[in-house]
Amino acid sequence: MSDLFTIVMTAAGLIFFAAGTLGLIRFPDTHSRLHALTKADNLGLGLIALGLTVQMPGLADLFKLVLIWALAILAAGATAQLVARVAAPADLGEEPRSPTDATGDGETRRR
Amino acid sequence: MIASLFDLTLCLLILAVAGAAVFGRAAFMAVVFFIVYGILIAIAWLRLGAIDVALAEAAIGAGLTGVLLLAALSRIMRNIDAPEPAPVLEGKTIATGLASLVVTALVAHAFLTLPEPRGLQSRVTANLADAGAENPVTAVLLNFRGWDTLLESIVLLAALLGVWTLARDDAWSGRAGLRHVTRPGGVLAQFGRILPPIGLLVGIYLVWAGSKQPGGAFQGGTVLAAVWIVTIMAGLMQAPRVADRALRAALVIGPVIFLALAVAGVFAGAFLVFPPAHAGWLILAVEAVLTLSIAATLAMLIFGPPEGEEKR
Amino acid sequence: MSSWYLLLATGMLLTIGGALWRVWRGPDQADRMMAAQLVGSGGVATILLLAAATQEWAMLDVALVLALLAALAAIAFVKSVRGSGRGDPEDDAQPDAAQADEAP
Repeated sequence: MSDLFTIVMTAAGLIFFAAGTLGLIRFPDTHSRLHALTKADNLGLGLIALGLTVQMPGLADLFKLVLIWALAILAAGATAQLVARVAAPADLGEEPRSPTDATGDGETRRR
Repeated sequence: MIASLFDLTLCLLILAVAGAAVFGRAAFMAVVFFIVYGILIAIAWLRLGAIDVALAEAAIGAGLTGVLLLAALSRIMRNIDAPEPAPVLEGKTIATGLASLVVTALVAHAFLTLPEPRGLQSRVTANLADAGAENPVTAVLLNFRGWDTLLESIVLLAALLGVWTLARDDAWSGRAGLRHVTRPGGVLAQFGRILPPIGLLVGIYLVWAGSKQPGGAFQGGTVLAAVWIVTIMAGLMQAPRVADRALRAALVIGPVIFLALAVAGVFAGAFLVFPPAHAGWLILAVEAVLTLSIAATLAMLIFGPPEGEEKR
Repeated sequence: MSSWYLLLATGMLLTIGGALWRVWRGPDQADRMMAAQLVGSGGVATILLLAAATQEWAMLDVALVLALLAALAAIAFVKSVRGSGRGDPEDDAQPDAAQADEAP
């Protein structure tokens, strides 16, 4: 019974991950890709972690699993916000800033 | 069978990523591929059953090295014009390529015709009870081959001194690296408040658990260095001054105590011998100070030499 | 069950492989960094599945470390874009040329 739960949840997790990657590849601009990435991937990770909770041999491992998921979500949320701001000028019609844009004039030697 | 499919996919991915990182012309893309490569190699180590190495690879290859390369790249690209890439199909490039292929073929032949190694697994297991640690990797690192770890910790320190020699004379003894600015109360600042306490616990846990299961001083030290870097990048703390006594004490305490214990071992038998009765807590003591030193050294390596900003 | 986990893990690897295309193509540097984030969380998921497949739960520590440090490179990236590696990534005012390189 718990095996069935695991199989269903982990399969769903993989499907969401695949959807996230599909979004990353196919969506037209940076921000929508960021959206696909953050939402779908972390949901996928959550589902996989959820599926594995019933397989854990002990409380310590269960706690570790929950901690892993919580950290991944925290990191994903923070970096999504930060990367979105950094990429923002693109939506206003300007080139996004890059480390090579020393003079700030929009011309970059970005590679 | 499925396991082989997984391994094959992993190997192909690793080769593709490594190729893209090395042959790609765009520097930033190469750096990102290198970070990806670190993550994939960590998975490969897991498949080979080397969990301690996978821990170290995940922390360093995917974390610290990425930060180092990105920081270096942003400084280089800002200051110089990247030169035009050299043409690939020149005569000397082809000759070098052929010579390398020949050497590779010779080495591969020599390697493949070696007899099957029996390995030291049985010897290590036989002596594990006297080693003071249940994790055979820790026993090897800190007891059976303590020499290597002692020298490595000194080498790390030497690398840091090498980085510090890049400081300008008038910048010496200032704060390491550039000063970070962050919006107070912004996402980065809050993240920098939440992550480090968790990271601190995880780092200490890794060192503590290292005696019985995968973990150890190096892995724990790297995690601690990483959370220190996050705290500083989030603008919540400033990088320490290079002349700071506490910092310098932290940097040397690991090698110094390890060396002292090694010399003390002379009275127990030979240089760098841990008497079996005390090996357990001796190893833990060495790991604790080594963790501190490794964390401090790695973080300082990433920050770089003092930039003398206050005097600009 | 172990084959099931390995099968899923192989699927995860293929998903990660798909993201690599975006590292290659992504017109922006932000796109490339995002794809690296995907590899990071995909890697965590793969390690969880591997741990279940081999019943070696010590691998959870590797996943923990990876989840902890996933953000590190992304933070370094966003800081490198504003102000030579130490700028404020949340500064809404467009930094001007003169301001970008001055010491704070």
